[in-house]
Amino acid sequence: MRSENRRAFLRLAGGTLAGAGATGALARDGAPLDVPAWTREQGVNAPGYGRPAPGETLARYPRLPPAFPGATSTVTPLQGLHGILTPNGLHFERHHAGIPAVDPDRHRLVVHGLVERPLVLTMDDLLRLPAVSRLHFLECSGNTPWVGAKAGWTVQDSHGLISCAEWTGVELATLLAEVGVKPGAAWILAEGADACAMSRSIPLDAALDGAILAYAQNGERLRPEQGYPLRLFLPGLEGNLSIKWLRRLKVGDRPFQTREETSKYTDLMPDGTARQFTFVMEAKSVITSPSGGQALRGPGFHEIRGLAWTGRGRIVGVDVSTDGGARWEPARLEGPVLPRCLTRFRLPWRWEGGPAKLLSRARDETGYVQPSREALVAVRGTRSYYHNNAVFGWSVAADGAVRHAA
Amino acid sequence: MRPELLLTALAIGLGGPAHAQSQGPFGVGRPAAPETIAAWDIEARPDGRGLPPGSGSVREGAVLFAARCASCHGDRGQGAAAEALAGGTGSLTDAKPLRTVGSYWPYATTLFDYVRRAMPFDAPQSLAPDEVYAVSAYVLHLNGLLPGDARLDAVALPKVAMPNRDGFTADPRPDVAAEGAAARPPAR
Repeated sequence: MRSENRRAFLRLAGGTLAGAGATGALARDGAPLDVPAWTREQGVNAPGYGRPAPGETLARYPRLPPAFPGATSTVTPLQGLHGILTPNGLHFERHHAGIPAVDPDRHRLVVHGLVERPLVLTMDDLLRLPAVSRLHFLECSGNTPWVGAKAGWTVQDSHGLISCAEWTGVELATLLAEVGVKPGAAWILAEGADACAMSRSIPLDAALDGAILAYAQNGERLRPEQGYPLRLFLPGLEGNLSIKWLRRLKVGDRPFQTREETSKYTDLMPDGTARQFTFVMEAKSVITSPSGGQALRGPGFHEIRGLAWTGRGRIVGVDVSTDGGARWEPARLEGPVLPRCLTRFRLPWRWEGGPAKLLSRARDETGYVQPSREALVAVRGTRSYYHNNAVFGWSVAADGAVRHAA
Repeated sequence: MRPELLLTALAIGLGGPAHAQSQGPFGVGRPAAPETIAAWDIEARPDGRGLPPGSGSVREGAVLFAARCASCHGDRGQGAAAEALAGGTGSLTDAKPLRTVGSYWPYATTLFDYVRRAMPFDAPQSLAPDEVYAVSAYVLHLNGLLPGDARLDAVALPKVAMPNRDGFTADPRPDVAAEGAAARPPAR
């Protein structure tokens, strides 16, 4: 377990770190409270751009050692976050050719193909258009590997390729009305300005279903690794479709069959065929506390906390089991429960000190229930690489140590 | 146009018949003339649309591949630091399938498109169209899909028969039946 995660968890659990009193600031448990130095003197002024407190060291890291320095994904520390929003500096990111240094004044968005009025737009043009702000999760379809699970996984290792933010920008539908889509249009090529000119084909109906040309995230302009100055954002669909550093949209009649929608991001089945254009991220959930690498400090009350999401509307329920699935209990969903957004769930739990196995199972408003791994593998095998939304388990040992257990 | 946008357009006095072709509801941006956007308008489609003029041969591609591609992909495209480009035929049902241009990719145009936009890794978008045709021809040759004396252009490339052309299906999800669809209240 990474030390910063452990420290954050211990703080969360109400404990104190051994040695934390070495500064003299903390009283030992039971000792009379003193009046510490920070109460006896004036504090400092705020920095221009605020930072987490010095001891709060949550960080992303590459999920796997990258074969190439320019093709990395870094994972969100879900075990250390609260609520549903991901801070911008901790939002997961995946890039295939490095993070480009785009000059926003020279950046352009070209919209052409089967349109009445092909346009070149500046960022100023886009900022003038009517805007929307919406809360949505973004999940990489490669989140949660199908094979290679390790008992030592943290939830950051297993599920860190999901994050959630408020995205602000122009609805793609607004821009498509501005250029006038011609009859016969059915797919849109979206292309980035990075060194692989990342490109995917987007069905027109998905483009008109709440897609955003986003220039801001959680209130501030996009971070470079999130596509500054402009990205596509497609709610509820696999993250790779939300092309970053967006430079071009070409409206066409058929899919463009780019490398990322043929060689990659296709799901190989046991019979050797592969599913293509598997866009929606189906209902999924995971317990973030207690979770892998953490340790319960002792028997007694613990709140089981987790996140649930679906690309098909809203989460309507999350069931939690503490005995490996023999009994399930409905968790409390914390509002607002928004469509295509993370939903926080909570369940009070009294740990008696023996072994336990924690599972969560989400349901969405279409009636879909998050499946077991066995049910998924029975249909898809284990070589489909993408879209693993199986129920995921944590075991709690008698000493309180939490590990992944299928 | 969506009704709400039409109303907005009318409310701000744009979008009347005189402007219907020349300007959108908000009148932003400037026209994208083909010559203005040519350097970005680079995609190649399965039917050959978007492929540029020019041509390249397997033999020319072999020289280029050795110089620009082999250090990452192996001298015969067998894979090294970067993934394999050749081989794997018949492996898609194996425990460890090898997905390459020859064993998996459904369209030869995708190979041209990706090399043109993203390769070589240390100098993307540096190859001329003739070079992209040549490298594409060589990679297809490495997969046994083109003879050693072949030459590719915008007409020939889309006609290359890819073995896994019909290997892809539509998304059937949801594909797994729900178990225990409703939570059972715990026994107390």
